[in-house]
This record gives sequence, structure tokens and C-alpha cells, in this order.
Amino acid sequence: MEGLVKAAVLALTAVGLSLVFGVMRVVNVAHGAFFMLGAVLAWTVAQYVPGDPMFGWFAALLIAPAIVAAIAATADTFVLKRLNYDPEATIVATIGLLYILEQAALSLFGPDAKPVPAPFNIRLQLPWFGYSGYKIFVVFAAVAVLLAVWWFMTRTRAGLVMRATQVDRQTARAFGINVDRVYAGVFALGAGLAAIAAVLLVPISQAHYLMGGDPLLLSFIVVIIGGLGSLRGTLVAALIIGLSDGVISMFWSPTLAKIIATAAVAMVLVFRPQGLFGARA
Amino acid sequence: MLKLEGVFGGYGGATVLRDVSFSAAAAEVTCVMGRNGVGKTTLMRAIMGLVRAEKGSIQLDRLEIANLPAHEVPRHGIGYVPQGRRLFGPLTVAENLEIGLMTRGRGHAVRESVLDLFPRLRERLGQVSATLSGGEQQMLAIARALCLEPKLLLLDEPTEGLQPSMIAAIRDVVVGLKAAGVAVVLVEQRVEAVLGMADRVAFMDHGQVVETVARQGLDAKSPLFRQYVGV
Ligand SMILES: Nc1ncnc2c1ncn2[C@@H]1O[C@H](COP(=O)(O)OP(=O)(O)OP(=O)(O)O)[C@@H](O)[C@H]1O
Ligand SMILES: [Mg+2]
Repeated sequence: MEGLVKAAVLALTAVGLSLVFGVMRVVNVAHGAFFMLGAVLAWTVAQYVPGDPMFGWFAALLIAPAIVAAIAATADTFVLKRLNYDPEATIVATIGLLYILEQAALSLFGPDAKPVPAPFNIRLQLPWFGYSGYKIFVVFAAVAVLLAVWWFMTRTRAGLVMRATQVDRQTARAFGINVDRVYAGVFALGAGLAAIAAVLLVPISQAHYLMGGDPLLLSFIVVIIGGLGSLRGTLVAALIIGLSDGVISMFWSPTLAKIIATAAVAMVLVFRPQGLFGARA
Repeated sequence: MLKLEGVFGGYGGATVLRDVSFSAAAAEVTCVMGRNGVGKTTLMRAIMGLVRAEKGSIQLDRLEIANLPAHEVPRHGIGYVPQGRRLFGPLTVAENLEIGLMTRGRGHAVRESVLDLFPRLRERLGQVSATLSGGEQQMLAIARALCLEPKLLLLDEPTEGLQPSMIAAIRDVVVGLKAAGVAVVLVEQRVEAVLGMADRVAFMDHGQVVETVARQGLDAKSPLFRQYVGV
């Protein structure tokens, strides 16, 4: 169960990263910071909503990703666009963005970990295990969001425009596609997915201004193993890495889990540089 | 219809177009010829706003389009068939057409009339466009551009690498568009194709249009071909 929760949250985060890289060719180092921001904002929203924790959490699920997406779109317009989406310059810029967001979170919210109460506390009592109802909910919610993303990318006009821009932005322009707007939208969507993942996870693990490191590292691992820009590969890799990370962390140690994941990346890079599902560049 | 005056433009520091003046009229086929690397494709890209015109004016029906953002240019009715087709390869035939239809908000009726021109595409709507044959890909590139009901159509070497029957099919489409009043600009290197379709021929050299000649003044032995195309 731990592993499934990890895999679900990781899949959401990694799909966001993969989308941004796939369409924009931007390696977004600030992706983890967007994740962190989602969690911290969830805590803030939950503070302000009185009554049952359920209301606060659901309000956070709507508000936090929207704010994070807006911040991302702004960062895209005022920073990445100015750099002409140059692959190297944007790496440096997103590293900068990472520190700005972390320091902003530190000074606004302080250094302490902030708990967010789960919206409900049902335990599913099976004969040999007790399962937290919330964790099961997280898995289903993540799957639902992923399905929605898939539907959006393959079945809507906005998704079609994003895919066309991913293939050839010059030709997309020649067919009336406003590439700047598509990029802002993709960057916002990627960040929003990280924020949704964070809001789902935060009742389990608390919000903290440095919490973005792990999801960033794991997302990169997933995206590399799955193949850069391949959504299907990203999902499969998230499942593998999330499950094994959960299981190995539980029975042995989290450090061993990270070591194995990193070794897996090295193996993939050596034997199949385009990733398990990536097309040869 | 289309009128360029004194256009300069290029890539980064390198100026490719040097003082280009060029025009195209409705219901006419204007061919552009010139050696490899002379700037024909760059000229098409400049018209589309994909290469910035650093100087000069580009007018479409007296509307200045040289300073428009690139994505607004096609909305004024310019269809573009790029050299090498540049389809959205992983997308299906239907999706490629959909992108073309979206450019100017055209709907089902336009799509049907375009598919009537290219029945082979109708049979393959669900196929990933990168898996089409070369000829089918070219058909799709043209169909995609026609989906925006252009009043000006730019075709950059559409017959490159195609067999005669495909070339004849493209020619039929061009003739049909001309009859419908569309201004066609066709970059083409093969003399007999040019003689078969053109109303006027513009010869480029050193990033300039150096000579524009009416079809009547040309035959297969014209020295202009040898001078500017090297055949
Ligand atoms: N993206 C680019 N960046 C820099 N220089 C370019 C670029 N594209 C083209 N050029 C240069 O601009 C010049 C004109 O190229 P262009 O593609 O317009 O020629 P062309 O007449 O279409 O040639 P061809 O007959 O081979 O298609 C060439 O010298 C080319 O090297
Ligand atoms: Mg060319």
C-alpha cells in the first residue's frame, strides 16, 4: 500500500515534469519547488477554512494547484520566454526559481513542518491488514487525475495544440498556434500536477519548505527511465520506482531504495539511453 | 494580393534576403526559381513571419503583415506547405487536418471539400501521418494548408522526390486553386513543371529576386534557366 501511494503521487509529479520537458524542451529544476508550494499552500488554505478538515482539504485541492499554476505561468512569461527557451539557460533559470520559491516559503511560512489533517479517517479493516481509507483514496484520486490528463492531451483541442507544438513549434506557428500561450499553459499544467500530487500527499507526510528535493529527484529518475517526453513510459516507470521505493524503504532503508533507483537510472542510461519507451532522438 | 518591397532578413547575424521585392496576384501561379541556398525557403518563411523582416514591407491586400506575430499571419488567409512537408508526424491524418481547420476556425464543410480533393487521405484518417508514403505525406501537407481556405498559398518544392503521377495530381490541385481565384506561390526547380503551371516566374540570385518574367516570354531553352537554375 505504501508503495502504491508513492507510485501514484510520483506518477502525477513525474507526468508534470515529463510534459514540460516533452513540449517545451525545458528541464524544470524548480518542479520540486512547485510540489512543495502545493503542500505549503494546502496547509495555509486548511488553516483558513473552519469546520471539518474535509472542507479545508478539498478547498486546498482546488485552490493550491490553481495558485501554483498561476505562479508557473508568470515565471514562464517573465523568465523562460525571455531566455528564448534556450535549453541551458532555462536549467540555470529554474535552479534560481527553485531557490527563490524555497526562500519565499521559508520566510512566509517558517522552517517547521506543518501537518494538514486528512479529510477523513476511515480504516478499512481487512482480515490480516488494516488499510487507511485515505491512502486508498489517494491512489484512486491520482489515477483519476492521470486519466483526466490523458483525456485532455488526446481528446481535446488544447491537448492537440500542445502535441502539435511539441512536434514542431515553427510549423505550429505557421498554423496560427500561439506558441507562447501554449508554453505558458504547459508550464502551468506541469506545475499544477505537481501541486495536486502534493495536496494528495500532504495529510500523510506534512508540509515543509525543503520537501521538494525527493519528488524532484524521483521524478527525474522516472522521466529518464521512462524515456524523456514519453507519457506512457513515465507512468510505467513511476509505478516501478514508486512501488520498489515504497517496499524497499519499508523493509530495508530509504537510502537503499534511492541507491537502487539511481543505479537503475545508470543502467538505463548505459544500455538504453532513449529510455524504456522513448523514441530514439 | 501579396507585395514585398525592399525586404531584408536572415538568421541571427547572417542576412539571407537582401532587398527582395516580389509580388503575387490572385488567380495566378507565381513560380520562384533559383539555385540551392539562394534564399527561396527563407523568402517563404519571411512571408509567414517565421523569419523576421528586418527592413522593408510585406503587404497582403494592402495590410502590412511584416510586423505581425508569426501565429497571426496565417489567420489572414495564408496557407503554407513547407519544404520537406513538416507534418506533425506522430499525429494522425485527421489531427493534422484539424490543426489546419483551427487556424481560421473552419469546420466540417471545409474539411469535406478538402478530403474530396484527396480521396486517399479520407481512407487513412486514423493513420499516424509519419507512416504515410512520401506522396501521401505531400498530399496531407497540401490538404492541411487548404483547410484554412487560403487566399494565398505558398508551396515550397512540393514535388521534390515524387513520382510523375503524384506530380500530376499536385498540378491538378494547383490549377484548380488558381481557377478558384487563389494566389499561388510555387517554389519549383524543374523547368517543365514550371512551364506547365506558371503564369509568372521570379528568378532569385544572391538573396534577391533579380528577374520576373511572364510565362509567354519563356520556353525550355530560355537562357534564364541556365543562368539562374543551372540546367
Ligand atoms: N535556420 C537557419 N539558420 C541559419 N542559416 C540558415 C537557416 N536556414 C537556412 N539558412 C541559410 O540561409 C541560406 C538560404 O537558405 P534557404 O533554405 O532559404 O535556401 P533555398 O533557396 O530554399 O535552398 P534549397 O533550394 O536548397 O531549398 C543558406 O545559405 C542557408 O545555409
Ligand atoms: Mg528551400
